[in-house]
Amino acid sequence: MAGAMKMRATLGSGYTDVRVLMTHPMTTAQSNQPLHFIQNITVKQNGKAVVEAQISQAISRNPVFTFRIKGGAKGDKIEVSWLDNKGETSSIEAAVA
Amino acid sequence: MKGLVFLLLAVPLWTAAQDAKKEIEKYQQMLGDGSPAELWELEGEALWKKPQGPNKASLEKCDLGLGAGKVAGAYARMPRWFKDTDKVQDLESRLLTCMTELQGRSLKDATARLFGNTDRPSEMEYLVSYIVGQSRGHKMAAPVSHPKERASYELGKKVFFYRAGNWDFSCASCHGEADKRIRMQDLPVLSEPAGAQKAYTTWPAYRVSNSQMKTMQWRINDCYRQMRFPEPEFASEATIALTHYLAVTAKGAPYRGPGTKR
Amino acid sequence: MNNLRRKLVGVAALLLLKPFAALAAAWNKDAFGAKTPQDALKGIGAGNPAPSNDLAIEAPQIAENGAVVPIEVSSAIAGTTAIAVIIEKNPFPLAAQFDFQNGALPYVKLNVKMNETSDVRAVAIAGGRQYTASKEIKVTIGGCGG
Repeated sequence: MAGAMKMRATLGSGYTDVRVLMTHPMTTAQSNQPLHFIQNITVKQNGKAVVEAQISQAISRNPVFTFRIKGGAKGDKIEVSWLDNKGETSSIEAAVA
Repeated sequence: MKGLVFLLLAVPLWTAAQDAKKEIEKYQQMLGDGSPAELWELEGEALWKKPQGPNKASLEKCDLGLGAGKVAGAYARMPRWFKDTDKVQDLESRLLTCMTELQGRSLKDATARLFGNTDRPSEMEYLVSYIVGQSRGHKMAAPVSHPKERASYELGKKVFFYRAGNWDFSCASCHGEADKRIRMQDLPVLSEPAGAQKAYTTWPAYRVSNSQMKTMQWRINDCYRQMRFPEPEFASEATIALTHYLAVTAKGAPYRGPGTKR
Repeated sequence: MNNLRRKLVGVAALLLLKPFAALAAAWNKDAFGAKTPQDALKGIGAGNPAPSNDLAIEAPQIAENGAVVPIEVSSAIAGTTAIAVIIEKNPFPLAAQFDFQNGALPYVKLNVKMNETSDVRAVAIAGGRQYTASKEIKVTIGGCGG
């Protein structure tokens, strides 16, 4: 299930709600395993970056995030991508329902 | 005077306990709202559709009780008697039946790795997540109309109250009396509808403490370990009967999909 | 697919990956490596944030397990362009920073790891100034079942 992601983008009252689930070990320095965690996340709405996040090993394994974008409409293209400390990436795209 | 002092001490303690309970419920609610469990459902769906075994067949023709391939609402009506095996089966044993019958896999191969770990979940855990997710919202309705279903339910009830093992425990030792807890976990009374409805509708569950999806067979296995019983055989008659008893006691409650727990 | 084509596809794939890597490579190593909340705050340019009631943290007071603690941060401060989350008692307090633009609302729900009972601090950056709010979350160790 390497990199499997799931995203749900729906319209709330006056905003677009984006819920994204990621598969990632997010290992910490406290474990015996080599550090492996997502460092950057980008959320795009219709090709334009709306959220740029820098995260760390303090984010839980198999991260789940919810973001909100002002306005928006059904059919808007939302894309979420991540990059981890090993240079691995994954991304997912969905239309606002 | 002593009584008054006791009361003055007891009230704030009781209030604190109620507050703690409320905050823990809030934790559970926020956790469940958008849970990694959904990723297991996704992967389970892919495995359900994947051709495997000597027959190079997927599980899409598997009959979970509502007809070949009908998945929606099937879990809510399990355990149940199946004509082809003439047995009462729970979801996990039925999946094994389909793996061996449809896909031609040996039982040895299908049961090689039933419980996974943090780094590698098991195929069974993924499949179970998908199937139970498809009963989300459906009312628990495990049947007891067939004589074997009736017998299974009665056996399950017996098993629930059966004391044995080094500690002379039964399920009822922890789950048979109201207002009990272990450390910070409230213990539901599983022999009564209210308790069973609340608990049974949240298994299988994603355990955040180890990022694993734990199935009902695992839950029973682990309960027996905690009671210092010998390890039950996977999908044994006793574990299926126990599941049946719980499922029937939970009748009518809407299934909530794979749970998310500590 | 013959070998040459396979090699070209591989190279093309690398090239496609590179642009994202180049764009989003910025990661505040110093701030994420800070071992005290104060150093973490300094690292994100918020050494002396002003307490604000318009920065809300929604979270349970008790977390059954510190491995996954759900928190929700939202800022009602006009012009908020970033929100950061600092967990004071964690070995590396800075957990995340979110930059909002092009219509993204200053809101985020996330799951964090907490080493022990601690204050969870949110920082909002708005109009060149920094604001903060915090909430204590108790971390318990769970029992056997449930």
